[in-house]
Amino acid sequence: MMFETNPAQSAVSVPKVELRDISKTFSGDVETVRALTNISLSVAAGEFITLIGPSGSGKSTLLNLIVGLSEPDSGEINIDGEKYDRRADKVAYMPQRDLLMPWRTILENVIIPLQLKGIPDAQAHTQATELLPLFGLGGFASALPFHLSGGMRQRAAFLRTILMEREILLLDEPFGALDALTRRELQDWLLELWRRFQQTVIFITHDVEEALYLGDRVIVLSPRPGKIIHTLEVALPRPRRQGMIALPDFGRQVTELLDALGVAI
Amino acid sequence: MPAEPSNTEIGYPRVKNHLSRFSNEIMPPVLLIGFVLFAWQIFASRSGLSDFILPSPSQIIRAGWETRALLAGSIAITMLETILGLAIAIVFGLLIAGAMDLSPVVRRAFYPILVASQTVQILAIAPLFIIWFGFGLLPKVIIVVLICFFPLAVSTADGLASADADLVALLITMGAKRGQIWRMVRLPSALPSFFSGLRIAVTYSVVGATIGEWVGGSAGLGLYMLRSKNALATDQVFVAIAITTGISIGLFLLITLIERAMLPWYYAARRAEQWEQAGIY
Ligand SMILES: Nc1ncnc2c1ncn2[C@@H]1O[C@H](COP(=O)(O)OP(=O)(O)OP(=O)(O)O)[C@@H](O)[C@H]1O
Ligand SMILES: [Mg+2]
Repeated sequence: MMFETNPAQSAVSVPKVELRDISKTFSGDVETVRALTNISLSVAAGEFITLIGPSGSGKSTLLNLIVGLSEPDSGEINIDGEKYDRRADKVAYMPQRDLLMPWRTILENVIIPLQLKGIPDAQAHTQATELLPLFGLGGFASALPFHLSGGMRQRAAFLRTILMEREILLLDEPFGALDALTRRELQDWLLELWRRFQQTVIFITHDVEEALYLGDRVIVLSPRPGKIIHTLEVALPRPRRQGMIALPDFGRQVTELLDALGVAI
Repeated sequence: MPAEPSNTEIGYPRVKNHLSRFSNEIMPPVLLIGFVLFAWQIFASRSGLSDFILPSPSQIIRAGWETRALLAGSIAITMLETILGLAIAIVFGLLIAGAMDLSPVVRRAFYPILVASQTVQILAIAPLFIIWFGFGLLPKVIIVVLICFFPLAVSTADGLASADADLVALLITMGAKRGQIWRMVRLPSALPSFFSGLRIAVTYSVVGATIGEWVGGSAGLGLYMLRSKNALATDQVFVAIAITTGISIGLFLLITLIERAMLPWYYAARRAEQWEQAGIY
């Protein structure tokens, strides 16, 4: 399926993101850490992948490789079937840390991607200001990041990522610091955004239910060195509704994932 | 001042406004200095020590007033040397710091030399500059530059290097060019350390200028001090000490004010880290 001969057919089936037999080892002074081994993954255009795995299983490392901040020791990363030198131009990456600039207000922080694109500040401000209330940051445009709670900072970082307006979103635990209610709101908001713009999403989470609720496919990584130990095609209809987590089907799949993660059931 | 213990709250009372801040932070040292001056005045006038051993504060003020014309000229000269030297040191310090940040080779070449240069005694090389450049403004300015350059260059370089590597990486993924990363991340990150370097430099700068004048000057507070010492006019020596100290403190406060105006985020964040109210967040 990766090497279609018919060009007309390949146009639809070339994976948006393709990892082929990726391995990554970090060699430090004291010890060598094998972070990822033999990862192969094909993500179709418009697919929503959730990635779950214990701490240290190399989830963040994988996103860093895709975005091109580091290169794999072996294996290949293709985007739209091509090996780009600057994959970063194709993806919007939201790292685990919020990385807001302490000297910029929330509004000035979220418009950074727009500024880098050369959009005039006034226009960038208008565009971002419209979105602030949706992200629960309505009254905080001119607040400095340290005034905000961890959850609010994360929402600002999320908005900043969205404003990059890329076709591929790499989200590293974007909702990790949020309270349960806000988290559900933003999940639904993300799904709605995704339904409208059909981005390809790779979403890291520690939360089994979140992985199921959002994803088309859940990828489970093993403890270090990370490899793919389980793939679950999520059997839930779209559009997703928060009520679905009460379905027996949902429960069954939660059990399957917990089992794959080695949690005693 | 110890807080009144209260039954309902643990910790210190919150500072409410500038007035209570004034009485909390500024009043105690002012009162202490006032008390010391008062005790000094009493002691000097009652102990029978001769004036040239220990002049009293009032006598020092009188000596300053009597030499005010000479003092005004000296202050102007010393200030000029100080400000010129500082300005040049800032320009060079920033240039070297920027170069060290851009090129690891430059950094490896300069950093150890910069550190080693600080161990050279300024008193020992000051006469050399007098021999080379005469008794005018230039040698003093050079001495000030030499003294101030180091803390500025090193602290700014450290500040530039302290930029959050993850933040830089994120901006690279967003397509930021090198110049944009400098402007948006590295320079703002470096500002707090630049200012702490500047505060150190400013306190050294007056000393540097005075040393230059002392070693070989035709004017300035250093020369005033030297002449007063040679004439055993101890009261005038004290005048010079008070004025150089005053200039240093004034410049220090000025820099602190500029810093607070320019880096509100830095001070606000630091204040937030030390809420007066006890609690773990
Ligand atoms: N730059 C690096 N240098 C050395 N080791 C690294 C580096 N980055 C990651 N590692 C190591 O690789 C392993 C995987 O790290 P990674 O951050 O990808 O895990 P993770 O799955 O994202 O964990 P978490 O869920 O806690 O975020 C860890 O053992 C980590 O210490
Ligand atoms: Mg991680």
